[in-house]
Amino acid sequence: MAHDGRCSHLASSLSCIDILTALYWGVLRHDPHRPLALDRDRFILSKGHGASALYATLALRGYFPEKLLDDFAQDGSALAEHPPAGLLAGVEAATGSLGHGLPIGTGIAMAGRQVRLDYRTFVLMSDGETNEGSVWEAAALASEQRLNRLCVIVDANGWQGIDRARDSVDTLIAKFKAFGWWTVAINGHSPLMCSMIDLAGSYSQPTAFVAETVKGKGITFMEDDQLWHYRSPNTDETARALAELASA
Amino acid sequence: MRDAFVAALLERGTADPKIMLLTGDLGYHLFDAFSRACPGRYVNCGVAEQGMLGLAAGLALTSFRPIVYSITPFTTYRIMEQIRVDACYHNLPIIIVGIGSGYAYGNLGPTHHSCEDIAMMRSLPNMAVVCPSDAWEVRAALREALKRDSPTYLRLGKRGEPILRGGYPSGFQIGKAIILREGRDVSIVACGAIVGEALIAADALDAHGVQAQVVSMHTVKPIDERMLHEAFTRFRMVVTLEEHSTIGGLGGAVAEWMADNNMWKHETPLLRLGSPDAFFREAGERHYILEQLGLTGKHVAERIRSALQH
Repeated sequence: MAHDGRCSHLASSLSCIDILTALYWGVLRHDPHRPLALDRDRFILSKGHGASALYATLALRGYFPEKLLDDFAQDGSALAEHPPAGLLAGVEAATGSLGHGLPIGTGIAMAGRQVRLDYRTFVLMSDGETNEGSVWEAAALASEQRLNRLCVIVDANGWQGIDRARDSVDTLIAKFKAFGWWTVAINGHSPLMCSMIDLAGSYSQPTAFVAETVKGKGITFMEDDQLWHYRSPNTDETARALAELASA
Repeated sequence: MRDAFVAALLERGTADPKIMLLTGDLGYHLFDAFSRACPGRYVNCGVAEQGMLGLAAGLALTSFRPIVYSITPFTTYRIMEQIRVDACYHNLPIIIVGIGSGYAYGNLGPTHHSCEDIAMMRSLPNMAVVCPSDAWEVRAALREALKRDSPTYLRLGKRGEPILRGGYPSGFQIGKAIILREGRDVSIVACGAIVGEALIAADALDAHGVQAQVVSMHTVKPIDERMLHEAFTRFRMVVTLEEHSTIGGLGGAVAEWMADNNMWKHETPLLRLGSPDAFFREAGERHYILEQLGLTGKHVAERIRSALQH
C-alpha cells in the first residue's frame, strides 16, 4: 500500500498495527456488519497518519472489501492518507490533524453515559501527538467527569515528526496519572496486551495505556529509523520488506 | 440578547433531551435553571475551548445536539481549526454561540472584541452564519438552528440591545432576510445588534427627505440572494452596516455577490460601513467605540447622505 500509493508514514503504521490487531480481534465489542450499532465500542485512530494500518485492519475484519486497499492514496479513492469523514464504514472520526481524537472520544464517552449505553471508547494517539494542548484539555475534562468507559492508548514509539519524542514512556505515565487517569505501561507488540487493554472500563477513572513500541516494527531496516516517517519504500525495499514479514 | 438566548435554551432544552449546553467557564449562574431542568446536559468544560469543541463533536456524532457557549473570540478565533475539522468537515449539528460580539465588551479591549469572526466562520464549508438583530431574533434563530443538520454559528450581542419588533418574528427562516422598515431611496442591509443603529439612521435620513429601507440580514451565510437582487435593482444605493470588519463580513459577502451577479449593470453603488482594518486599543464602552468609528445611527445617516451627494 505504501509503495503503490507512494505514501509516507509507513513506519508509524507499523508501530501501531499490533495494537490495532489486539483491539479488533481481542478487545472491541463490534460487528463489521452493523458498523453503526448503538452499543458498539468506538475506536478512533487519533494518530490519523497511521491510516494504512487502520484500513488494513478494517478490511481484514470485514468492514469493507480488501480489494479497496489497492486504491490506497490513489486518485479518487476514499482511502486517503488520513481517515476521511463519512466515506468509510468503521471510521468513527476523521483524523489527521493531531490532538482531535481525544476530545471527540471524550464527547462520545459522555454521550454513552448520558444515554446509559455501556460501550467503551478507545482512542489511539501517538507520543508526539501528546505535545498538543487539546489532548490535555480533554484529559482533564474526562478525568473530572469520571468518564471511566474512555480509554487512551499511546503508541509510544519514541519518535515524533523530525525528532525524538519529547516525552518518554515514564513521563507520559506520570502526566496521565497526574491528570487522574488509571495509567499503566504495556508492550505494544505483545499479544498479552489484549487482557491488559480489556481492563479499560473496570475502574472509576478513565484508563491510559502507554504502549512501548518500535517505529517501523517488523522490518529490520526501518526499525527505529526516523527516515521512514516520511519516506515511501521503492520497489526493491518493498520486496525486501515483504519477504521479511513473510518469514516472520 | 443573552437573556433571550438563555430563555430559549431552557425552553428548547426541556422539550428535547438531545440538547446539551457546553460552556467554556462563562455565564455566571446563567444556566442554573437549564442545569436543574436538564440533568447531565450542562457541562462546564473549563477554560478549555479546544477540548470543548471536540467534546461537542463527539456528542454530536452520538446523536446529541450540543451548543457551545463563550465570548465570541474564544468560540471562534481560538478554536478555528477544531471548528473546521470537528464541526464542519464532519458536518455535525453543533451550534457555536459567540456572546458579546463586535464591541459589546468594549472596555475589555481587543482581546474581547470580535470584528473578524464572521469572515472566518463564513469561509467554512457547511457552516451557516446567523447574526440576530434583537432578542426576538435570537429566540427564533436558536429554534431554527436546532432544526439544522449542519453546524451553525450564532453571533450574539450581550444585553440591553434595543428590541426592534413587537414580538416573535413568525416565519423566521435562516437564510431569509427581514425588512424592518420600508423605504424607497436607499436600502440599508445590516446584521446583528447594530441593526438598531440602522433604524436610527433611517429616521435621521427621513428628516432630510431620504427614505431608507432597513433589512435585517440576520443570516450572512447562506445570504438571501433574492433580497440582495431587489436591493440592487430597486434602490439608488445599497449600504451594508455591520459591527465587524468590512473585510470578509456582511459587506464583503454582498460585494462578492454583487461581482458574481453582474450587478454593475444596474449602476447601484454599494457603500460598506463597518469597523476598519485596525484594533480599537483604547478603553471605551460600545457606544463610545461606535461613535469613534462613525457607526452610530447619526453617523451612518451622515455618511449615507454624503455618499448620495457624490
